[in-house]
Amino acid sequence: MKIVIVGHVDHGKSTLVGRLFYETDSLPEGKFDQIKATCERRGVPFEWAFLMDALQAERDQNITIDTAQIWFKTEKRPYVIIDAPGHREFIKNMVTGAANADAALLLIAANEGVQEQSRRHGYLLSLLGVQKVAVVVNKMDMVDYSQEVFDKIEAEYREFLGQLGVEPTSFIPISAREGDNIATRSDETKWYDGPTIINALDGFEEPRHSDAQALRFPIQDIYRFDHRRVLAGRVETGTIKVGDELLFTPGKRKARVKSIERWSSPASDEAHAGESIGVTLDEQIFVERGHVAALADSAPLQTNRLKANLFWLGDNPIEEGKTYKLKLASQETACRIEKIERVIDASTLDTHTDGAASKKVDKNNAAELVIRTMQPLALDVYGEFVSTARFVLVDEWDVRGGGIVTEGLEASEDAYDLGGAAWAAPNPVERFKRNRHRGCIVALHGAPEIERNLLPRLERALFNRGMQTFTLEPRHIDLKEAEYDPQTQALVARNLAAAGVVCLLDTPIAEGSSLRTFRMIADDARTAFIVAHLSASDRILERTGKRARQEDEEMFGDADLQVDLSGSRDEEEQVAAIVEKLIPLLQRF
Amino acid sequence: MASTQVTDAPNPHLYTAVREDDRGPLTPEDRYSPRDSMPDYSHLDALEAQSIYIMREAFNKFKNMAMLWSIGKDSSVMLWLARKAFLGHVPFPCVHVDTSYKMKEMIDFRDRLAELWNLDLRVGQNKEALAAGKTFPSGDLGRVECCSLLKKDGLQQVMERYNFEAVVLGIRRDEEGTRAKERVFSPRNKNFEWDYRDQPPELWDQFKTDFEPGTHLRIHPLLHWTETNIWEYIDREQIPVVPIYFSNEENKRYRSLGCAPCTLPVSSEASTVPKIIEELENTRVAERSTRAQDQEAEDAFERLRASGYM
Repeated sequence: MKIVIVGHVDHGKSTLVGRLFYETDSLPEGKFDQIKATCERRGVPFEWAFLMDALQAERDQNITIDTAQIWFKTEKRPYVIIDAPGHREFIKNMVTGAANADAALLLIAANEGVQEQSRRHGYLLSLLGVQKVAVVVNKMDMVDYSQEVFDKIEAEYREFLGQLGVEPTSFIPISAREGDNIATRSDETKWYDGPTIINALDGFEEPRHSDAQALRFPIQDIYRFDHRRVLAGRVETGTIKVGDELLFTPGKRKARVKSIERWSSPASDEAHAGESIGVTLDEQIFVERGHVAALADSAPLQTNRLKANLFWLGDNPIEEGKTYKLKLASQETACRIEKIERVIDASTLDTHTDGAASKKVDKNNAAELVIRTMQPLALDVYGEFVSTARFVLVDEWDVRGGGIVTEGLEASEDAYDLGGAAWAAPNPVERFKRNRHRGCIVALHGAPEIERNLLPRLERALFNRGMQTFTLEPRHIDLKEAEYDPQTQALVARNLAAAGVVCLLDTPIAEGSSLRTFRMIADDARTAFIVAHLSASDRILERTGKRARQEDEEMFGDADLQVDLSGSRDEEEQVAAIVEKLIPLLQRF
Repeated sequence: MASTQVTDAPNPHLYTAVREDDRGPLTPEDRYSPRDSMPDYSHLDALEAQSIYIMREAFNKFKNMAMLWSIGKDSSVMLWLARKAFLGHVPFPCVHVDTSYKMKEMIDFRDRLAELWNLDLRVGQNKEALAAGKTFPSGDLGRVECCSLLKKDGLQQVMERYNFEAVVLGIRRDEEGTRAKERVFSPRNKNFEWDYRDQPPELWDQFKTDFEPGTHLRIHPLLHWTETNIWEYIDREQIPVVPIYFSNEENKRYRSLGCAPCTLPVSSEASTVPKIIEELENTRVAERSTRAQDQEAEDAFERLRASGYM
């Protein structure tokens, strides 16, 4: 069972973990002495937190920066303890830890009472779906084990959790430093007759299996390792059997399960929730990554609009009209914030529905909002379903927010507006989303006659795949071949790339100086410059000689793409070989 | 999920798990629990399914990816899980960074398994450092610097040579403190550095799959396993491991494998997998305590990892 320990900074989370290990005799041999030595070297009193705070910066500042996990056992069962940082700055790390947990211990220091992160963490637990929570009032030794202080904190925090619909399993007065009520009942709190920390852990109910729910089987990938076409994925809920008729959303195509594929596992004609399997179908219908398989009578919703509760971790606030990448199960699509309905201050639960505070969602706060996606999604409403009812938003390179679907709205028939503020010119990300590839400069480097023969074919192949592409020749810049000027050409190529075009170069870059010029000019503008090194066929090698070949290797041995054309019979195959390697580079931003 | 043991039940789609070559089995059957009295290992089902999920995500996202094969028990499990994920195949290259100081038994095992399982093995080596004698055993460097040159730089060289954008590694959170803080999809910048102060959020199995050009990803499908889980799984699935994990006539065995000069055997009578599991249940000595490079300074391993070590 996975337990996360959360709460305000300096309320004693890491100390509790250390103490818990000590009290249950779970510390590795020599660890206690090692911590003692570390503390002495630093001239600080003994610090249990050093057990979990493995990073030097954490020990220096005496603060947990990142979440960590550690294993221990009670007589009843094994536990994974997830320590989460309490500092406001590291909420994203707290979320990372807590999102993985089955249950939580939420710490509040008796001497400081309920603080900002005590509330924010409580709110985040409920949004992350961690429903089993025990509240631990720590540092009771600092308030003389006063029942009055404890009762006051319990009343205040119980009310707060009540607003979130969370019913804590217990409130426990402890002192992690002194070891009160950790493994055994303390004499200092005779007025308390509830569970110890260990009792509370052992009292958490096991997470239930989701076999009984409707089937959700999101497709992760399609494999063709042999003659079979296998749909790979994990059964999130329900059961899947050979012979079942599956309905794939979005698209609503149907086919029957022909076989369930596993390797070196007991054969079975069915698979249950939690299993990672493969499935073959009786009919070859169009299915791809992201599609969710279900039974026809209990399929997920298909829509491009949804209402959600979302928490935000990004430095740049969410505003209406902004666009992000949305990831839900194995689906990915661009999306736009259609409307912010309510902004929620996660530390007070204050809500804003009008005025300036309702127009944007700042870091570490939450909101109820309407999202419009570019592609239709298969989704469920959070509650009965979990894995197909929650999603993350990606801004730039990282996950910046997480949300749960509260309602599937009527799909919009309007064309998806890529968004962006009216005053802002389209940026490279927007161009990337629309074109589904990035703008860049591509140079082929092989024998000149190969390049010349392949360029028009390559341009055609990319164009036919729906890409924006253009072959830049010397005549386009009004230059004769003899006047070849890499600088001018590189500048023009760079502008084409900035417009989102895959610009193919019809000029030799074999010379070191032109290669460097291109690299420099492209790098300056942060434009991708892809050199595809075409390893020549034997026929060409014979002609160019060994020395040329060596030079060639030295200069282009580290090209972005190495395409071996020796096995290709004709130009068609040569182009196919290049395209296969080039496309993944173009489709990445 | 009731599966508790591997059976050879006739299944038209069961790809067979070949366990031996013409020199016999890599690990004899009597090293494992007998199949008819296999302990209840059902708690491994969830770990297995999660690792398969992670590997499939990585394989979908990165066309140019490799697995780092250290030849240890964790790598053996990882290869096995890859074959589970990809139905008998390992559809990406396996990279071994050979420091030249690995134990003979490891290299022998590597070559046999690579042939038996049809692996695309790529061996990398920091030849310049070895040629220049810049190693710990030659007396020129400390242990940590030697690791950095032979293993970290060795890996970097292979990744650059083949343009790998992601590498799958068998590290676990329970091994060591900084690994406990790792992500499943963990980015490294172009100098291979790990920015552990600012790691991306990771929740609900949504991993980091968007990244700036020049960065690469470390994929950690075993992060959530413990050392005991690894051996339990080896037992259940009868996965071959390097023979020096088992105690020899002198009652010595290796608990963790590395370079010969920096890795010590432990005293043990555990000559089978079930006995190793039993031993682990009763020990409180850390797994990597036999790896000398970790013990050099309080933050030796942290600095090594931040600069790009596995």
